[in-house]
Amino acid sequence: MKAKNSPVRFRIGKNGFFKGVVIAFAFSCVIPLLFILAYIIKAGITKINWNFLVNVPKPVGESGGGIANALLGSIIIIAVAAVIAIPIGILGGIYLSENRKSKLAYWARLSIDILQGVPSIVIGIVAYFWLVKPFGGFSSVSGSIALAIMMLPIVVRSTEETLKLLPDTLREAGFALGMPFHRVVLKVIVPCGISGILSGVMLSIARIAGETAPLLFTAFGNPYLSTSLTKPMQSLPLLIFNYATSPYNDWHDLAWGASCILLIFVLVLNIFTKIITRKWKVQL
Amino acid sequence: MKTFENEAVIARGDSPRVITGSNTGKLKKTNREKHSNRQIWTESVFRRLLFIMGVLMVVLVLGIMFTLIVQSVPSIKALGAGFLWGKVWDPVRDIYGAFPFLLGTLLTSFLALAISIPFSFAVGIFLGEYYPKGWLPDLLKNTVELIAAVPSVIYGFWGLAVLVPIVRSFESGIGEPPIGVGIFTSSLILSIMIIPYAASLGRSMIQMVPSHLKEAAYSLGATRWEVIKSVILPYVKSGLFAGVLLSLGRALGETMAVTMVIGNTSGIPKSIFAPGNTMASVIANEFTEADRTVYLSALIELGLVLFLVTVVINMIGKKIISRFTND
Repeated sequence: MKAKNSPVRFRIGKNGFFKGVVIAFAFSCVIPLLFILAYIIKAGITKINWNFLVNVPKPVGESGGGIANALLGSIIIIAVAAVIAIPIGILGGIYLSENRKSKLAYWARLSIDILQGVPSIVIGIVAYFWLVKPFGGFSSVSGSIALAIMMLPIVVRSTEETLKLLPDTLREAGFALGMPFHRVVLKVIVPCGISGILSGVMLSIARIAGETAPLLFTAFGNPYLSTSLTKPMQSLPLLIFNYATSPYNDWHDLAWGASCILLIFVLVLNIFTKIITRKWKVQL
Repeated sequence: MKTFENEAVIARGDSPRVITGSNTGKLKKTNREKHSNRQIWTESVFRRLLFIMGVLMVVLVLGIMFTLIVQSVPSIKALGAGFLWGKVWDPVRDIYGAFPFLLGTLLTSFLALAISIPFSFAVGIFLGEYYPKGWLPDLLKNTVELIAAVPSVIYGFWGLAVLVPIVRSFESGIGEPPIGVGIFTSSLILSIMIIPYAASLGRSMIQMVPSHLKEAAYSLGATRWEVIKSVILPYVKSGLFAGVLLSLGRALGETMAVTMVIGNTSGIPKSIFAPGNTMASVIANEFTEADRTVYLSALIELGLVLFLVTVVINMIGKKIISRFTND
């Protein structure tokens, strides 16, 4: 009896064992993330106060100072990138969803796929040759354009995927009323898919907010407060990179505070997007 | 093909205007006609705008490729194919060999893949097969996806502050020189960063396994693990491979986190604990310092290689996915 049962028991035991292994491995993925979150927030949150937000960094040796230049710089660079990428991305997504079979749409879709996988440092190199070298100097607008190129595939893809899911009857109802094409698209189709488009836009902003590599050769960084689009500009990720790799403790403190702010911004944007996509029931 | 499309767009936009135009040529325009003429004009402009956006996307990618190729011509001319196999990188003496960086990139990426694969597959199996629904799997899924959201410069900073000392004491424990920074540390950071890519793809692939296959195996008395091992995994093999490829593509191009913890030395790494450089990290470090044409151009050629490799890997991955989902 025992001899007959033992292979079965062995198989059941093996089943349970591997279930345990899978669960253990799956949940241990979360541990490093939690460690990182806890560490950054613990190290950063004590550095953040009013002076930290409104002052520019002090020279080495003087304590205090803040990251106002990087905060403002990040906001400006991201805003300009968004202004460039969002209209182009949405129109591009509309083009792809309205022309599913055309030859150009095939190549455009392929290009977007390629663009999505291009390493960010390569985008930085290209932006340097397109915008920095011809105009004779690092500028924040070149950084914005580099980031806009990184945003583009996400916005295009989410727009296309959202609009593809809308039933054709919506479109046809509009045409049946005699609406011209642009009015059908802008007044019927885009409003119906606006939730998905917005989620894509927010995800893309969350993604570029932490990008450093494309800014290294374009916005370059600046220890002073600057609002000029044609001059070098500091941004949060650049500040973190430069100060984290410096040997000074004061600068490390600034970098921890900046990391904390950047991390919270990016995570809140991501979680917010997840919540509203669930509420609006959009598929991304 | 392009011209054909362009004509089609113009024809669609223009033909109604021709008809109304012939009417309004003689008679006085009514308000309604003016209005519809304006609408037709806007429509053709809108269609052309959309078309231009489509062209723009293609031009953008071609432009990126073109710029990289043109800018690396001086290095290709001066150094030839030996560039990729040259073992010494010494800009001071004008010697440029990319082999240390190729090796560094391959070592970090594949080591990171090897570390991350068990974890990402476990997440995929757990969420795809064991518990597809419920609040706990949902929480796990969202948390794993957040791993991809953390900026890479923050991973780098955390690695520098936390991981490097740990690796240093580990190294002195096993008798390696206790440097802390190096290929191994970069691989650890990378392996965390690339978990979500293979995991989320694996999950959606595993969920697509037809239930009649699984039920057939269960009806023969198979345990759940046996179903996973001999039905599900063979079925989604290619999908999992695609997920691994996408992770690899991400690992190859990752710049900031690696730059911060790899140590940035240009020799050939002697062991996996030695400091080194990857293609991306050497570009990040030396691009703004490169003062000679060939030096700069050699760095861009590295960028071109990186670009082509990631494009090929991503394309193969996407091809496998689309074939899998169309079946």
